[in-house]
Parts: sequence; structure tokens; C-alpha cells
Amino acid sequence: MKLNRRSFIAAGAATAGFAAPMLRAAGKPRVVVIGGGAGGATVARYVAKDSKGAIDVTLIEPTRHYYTCFFSNLYLGGFRDIESLGYSYGKLASGGVNVVHDWAIGIDRDAKTVALAGGGTVPYDRLVLAPGIDFVEGAVPGWSVAAQNKMPHAYKGGSQTELLKAQIDAMPQGGTYVMVAPPNPYRCPPGPYERISMVAHTLKANNPTAKIIIVDPKEKFSKQALFEEGWDTHYSGMIERLGPDFGGDKVEVNPDDMTVNVDGEIIKADVCNVIPAMKAGRVCDMAGVNDGNWAPVNGHTMQSRMDENIHVLGDACAQGDMPKSGFSANSQAKVAAMAIRGALTGSKVFPAKFSNTCWSLIDADDGVKVGATYEATDEKIAKVDGFISQTGEDATLRKATYEESVGWYAGITADIFG
Amino acid sequence: MRGIATYLGAAAVFAAAFVHQAQAEEVAAPLGDPARGEKVFRKCAGCHAVGAEAANKVGPQLNGLFGRTAGTAPDFTYSDGLAREGRNGLVWDYDHLDAYLENPKALVSDTRMNFRGLKDAQDRHDVLAYLRQFSDNPRDIPEAEPTALSKEVDLSAEVLAIVGDPAYGEYLSSECSTCHQRNGSDQGIPSITGWPTEDFVVAMHAYKAKVRPHPVMQMMAGRLSDEEIAALAAYFAELGH
Ligand SMILES: Cc1cc2nc3c(=O)[nH]c(=O)nc-3n(C[C@H](O)[C@H](O)[C@H](O)COP(=O)(O)OP(=O)(O)OC[C@H]3O[C@@H](n4cnc5c(N)ncnc54)[C@H](O)[C@@H]3O)c2cc1C
Repeated sequence: MKLNRRSFIAAGAATAGFAAPMLRAAGKPRVVVIGGGAGGATVARYVAKDSKGAIDVTLIEPTRHYYTCFFSNLYLGGFRDIESLGYSYGKLASGGVNVVHDWAIGIDRDAKTVALAGGGTVPYDRLVLAPGIDFVEGAVPGWSVAAQNKMPHAYKGGSQTELLKAQIDAMPQGGTYVMVAPPNPYRCPPGPYERISMVAHTLKANNPTAKIIIVDPKEKFSKQALFEEGWDTHYSGMIERLGPDFGGDKVEVNPDDMTVNVDGEIIKADVCNVIPAMKAGRVCDMAGVNDGNWAPVNGHTMQSRMDENIHVLGDACAQGDMPKSGFSANSQAKVAAMAIRGALTGSKVFPAKFSNTCWSLIDADDGVKVGATYEATDEKIAKVDGFISQTGEDATLRKATYEESVGWYAGITADIFG
Repeated sequence: MRGIATYLGAAAVFAAAFVHQAQAEEVAAPLGDPARGEKVFRKCAGCHAVGAEAANKVGPQLNGLFGRTAGTAPDFTYSDGLAREGRNGLVWDYDHLDAYLENPKALVSDTRMNFRGLKDAQDRHDVLAYLRQFSDNPRDIPEAEPTALSKEVDLSAEVLAIVGDPAYGEYLSSECSTCHQRNGSDQGIPSITGWPTEDFVVAMHAYKAKVRPHPVMQMMAGRLSDEEIAALAAYFAELGH
């Protein structure tokens, strides 16, 4: 059953004035999920599917079409089109999730209600926060969200990714692409470096004298040996990285004249992709479940350490050893779904298991991957075992790894959105 | 560039299949060596059985294969691709088998047969000569070697006898479905639905023992207990039917 906004608000108005528990007229426990991305859509789908109607599930998500960040770099490299990255919520709705397209703008933890931008409130027994990330204000001096059309981050899916692609395609011959890379922790550790590879792939074909500069506050980065080997092989001489020893941690930008100041040295950019430091999506702060920039959780159940009626999933949570990825968010969502069903309907709860694998594409048919398994301890989600692709692997293996990533993308998006 | 090269590669396979077909009318199928073919067949035997007592495994049993319409072995759940080709009239004659074995996905793009193909023409002729013995007069060979092939890993009878709990398997399976699709479709990641439970159990233990090479699967299987593997096998066997 899909609840549209109008009928939803009408329902809210009709019941206004009753105490929250009275809203459970049908006697069904209510789960409300904020954020319909990799984590939120998965948890909503799994709770609805596995509780077979015994739990009322509402998903609050402002956009009607979710564009994945995963594989958005392949779009920049010309390996995917943007339509192939978009999903709607129709299958969740037909699977029994009430999908409400609106923003959550406030959470009353005592009354256990969520306030919506369009008016009205939604009561919950268990609330799941899966809002992804927002950017830390002032993290890159000179940049703010207001400047994102001049200097895109392209670190949330959809229009930002399209804008960055258009800017790359419009670069003058021999122009300069600058990326300001984020400090840890941030979503998708290999993401900026896969992006560099894909931008280089596009420029090598269309604009071979162009330069790529990475301004990076970090000493080291994910899959570094694999990326550096690949850049040498495929894009020799195109890419330069300024780490902290070259002032990569002292950067300012000026979006109006398109310059980047790296520890006093001014670089003129034709495209400037600023990926600022990140924090949990703002709604976590509104709910008061953050400790610093992220929301700490108990890995056994993904419950907030601040409020046991709230679970936090995906990029927004601080859980321990898992990287912030779509794969991790999906994995955590399944543990949360099981814990929530256990708490609300007494269904069987098994020990939490988590896993993650991140594939990256360096050039056509040159795929690499890194992955690990995890378990919950009382302190955190702790790594159990892991692997990483090796440098010097042969072309057949790299091609098979790429093909596998295409299979993974089809698999995980079917698992998230039905 | 690569795209074009791949495209020509696939086209060449089709062209080869047609040439074969044209030739077949005049020239008899090339003769292979069935004894050597039996050895080549070991590459196939992880998924296919042939001979007396052969039963469907991950792939269908191959008795009576020659002349069979694609997608019609009894009691086997086929990929949409093979079922469709069968409806379109694909019959397994020598030339089509030869083309399919050379590159399965070039002939049936959405087959679930996750095998890169036998590139060596002699290997194909030999294995087809071997398989032919089980087709023309299959009833004459009851004493033929049943394909009791060496298992990838030696599992004790107790491990094989564990009856998995499909409900537990369903929970555990949520880890698998991040990559392997529940509807059995196969794009870059193999299908794992509808496998006979024993094959599933053997495969998972082979990953766990690092006999099978894939690092993600070695890691995933590495921390599954015998009961958990049995539970997953039970769940995925049901899911395919
Ligand atoms: C370039 C790039 C490449 C990547 N590649 C990979 C990869 O290959 N593999 C991989 O596993 N991961 C990859 N990732 C990471 C992955 O995209 C994220 O880790 C994942 O999306 C996190 O899921 P989430 O549910 O926490 O957040 P999201 O998927 O971002 O979903 C959050 C949702 O919450 C909604 N929302 C936010 N606030 C509110 C509110 N107040 N009310 C209602 N709704 C709200 C948003 O609209 C959004 O839809 C990549 C990321 C980037 C940027």
C-alpha cells in the first residue's frame, strides 16, 4: 500500500490529539526508516518482507529517484549511462512498505515521533536513521554547499555527478582537473581514486594533454599500490598527487576565480572537484544521537548508543572497522532488520555477521577489489578476515574482477530496491 | 578498441558455427578420441554427470544429449536463456554443441553455465566423442563407469549427512544475496539457486579449504560452520524450485 502525502497528512490530522500509542490501532508495531538509500531501503524491504505484514513499515525519503553513488565513477569514465544508476521505490511499495516522499525535519525521542517538512508527524516504535552523509562546514576554506555548482563534490548521487561529467567534457584542451580529496573517515575509501582513474580514462581519449592534480590531506589511501601501478601503466604522466608533505592538508579554494591555493601556491583549475570532510546526515544531529560527527552504535543490533529505540545504519554510524560503503550499509541493514523483528515480534535472532567488498575500475577491463568479513563485539564491529587484489595480476583476472563487479552491482541493487 | 575486438571475437564464433553447419552436410563430424575426451570431461564434471546413475547436479545430466532439444532434460530447472533457445528450436547436434562448448555465452548469452569454454578444437572433438557414447545407444552402457569423480574435498559422511535448517539458511543467505541474485540470474556472478544440496556443500567446503580459488568466496565460506553450510545448501536448493 503506497501512502501519498495528501492522504498521509490527512491520516495524521485525523488522529491528532490522541496519545501516540493510540495510533497503533491495528495493534501492529511501527518501524519508521529515514533515508531510502543503500542502508534505509534495504532495512525497510527486509523488515516488511520477513515480518510478513506483522510490522508496519514507513520509509521517509525526499527523492522519487535514487541515483547510486556506486558505479557513478563508471559513468564519469563513459562505461555507464546515468539512467542505469537510477532506482524508484515502486517495488518497495508493492512489497508492503509505506513510502512517504518527504524530508524528516525533527525527531521527538520522548513522544517517539518524526516531524515531516510537509507537515504532520509519524509515530514509531523503532526508528532507523540511514541518512548517509553531509559535509562538515568550513572544512575546505572558501567552499560551502552554496558553491557546489561551481565546484561540485559529486559525492551524493544524481545531478552533482551529471554536473561534474558535463564540466569534464567541457574542459579546454590541455586544461587542469583538480580534486580536493577528503580526510578520513569518509564514504567509500577508494572512491576518490577510482574517480581519478575514470576521469583520466575519459581525458586520455578526448583531451590527452589535460592534467589531473589531487590535493590530498592524507598520507596514504585505500588500494594505493594498485591505483598507483594502474596510473603508471595506463595514464603515464597525467596524474599528480600532492600529499600532506606537499601542503595537501593546507588547501583553500576560490570558486569565483576557480583557483586552488595549496599552502601558498595558486593553481588555476578548469574543473575543481571538492570533496570536503564528512559527517553523519544532519538528521542524526537533530535526533541527538551523534558523538562528534558520527552516531555511535552497538554492533550486535545497530542500535544507537544514545537511544535503544533508534538504530543507525550505513555511512552515518560509527561502528568500528567497516568502511563506509553501500555494501556495508546493506550488510548492516540486514542485521538491524533481524534485531528489529526480534524485538518487536519475538522472531528468532541469530548472531550478527557482516561483510564488505569494494571493487574499483582503473581502466577498461582492469578491475581490482578489497574485502573483509566482520563480527560484532561489545565494543565495536571488528574485522575477522580480509583480502585485497595484488599488483601485477594478469589481464584475464583483472577482466574477470571487473565482470564480477558488474554482477555485484546488479545483485546489490536488486537486494536493496527489490 | 577493446569493445570492437570483443565484438569481432564473438562474431567470429558465430561465423565458425555457421561454417561448421554448412560443412556438416558434406563432411562427417570430425572424429574425436573418446578416451582422451573422458579426461577432458573432468573440467565439466563438477557440474555435469553422465553414464549409468547420472543425475542432475548444478547442470543437467548429459545422457541422451545428442538430438535433445535445448532446455529439456527432465527435472532440471534451466536458465531463461536455455529454455528460450529450446522453444526457438535449438537442438543439440554436433555443431551447436561444438559452438556452445567453445564459448557458452556467445551462443546463449544468458546461460547460467559459468564456464569460459574449451578453446582448443581437439578438446571439444574429444569430449563430444566421449559424450556421444552416452547418447546414441545409452541403454547399451549400463556397466559404463558411473561418473564417480574425485571430489574437490573429502568430506566425512557425518558432514555430508547434516540436514540443514532452511530457516537459518534464509537468514544467512542475506549475506549471499548482496551479490548472488535470488531469482537465479547470472551476470558476472554465478547463480547459486536450485543446486543439489550435496554439490553446494562440497563447493562451499572447497572454498573453505581454499581448494577453490576465489578470494571473496574463500573469505565468506571461511567462517561458516558445517551446520551453516548445510543450512545454506538447504535454503538455496528450495529457492530454485
Ligand atoms: C563516487 C562514489 C563511489 C562509490 N562506490 C562505491 C562502491 O563501488 N561500492 C560501495 O559499496 N559503495 C560505494 N560508494 C559508497 C556508497 O554510495 C555509500 O556508502 C552508501 O550509499 C551509503 O548508504 P547510506 O544508506 O548510508 O546512505 P545513502 O545511500 O546516501 O542514502 C541516504 C538517503 O537518505 C536520504 N535522506 C537524508 N536526509 C534525510 C532526511 N532528513 N529525511 C529523509 N531522507 C533523508 C537521502 O535523500 C538519501 O537518499 C561510493 C560512493 C561514492 C560517492
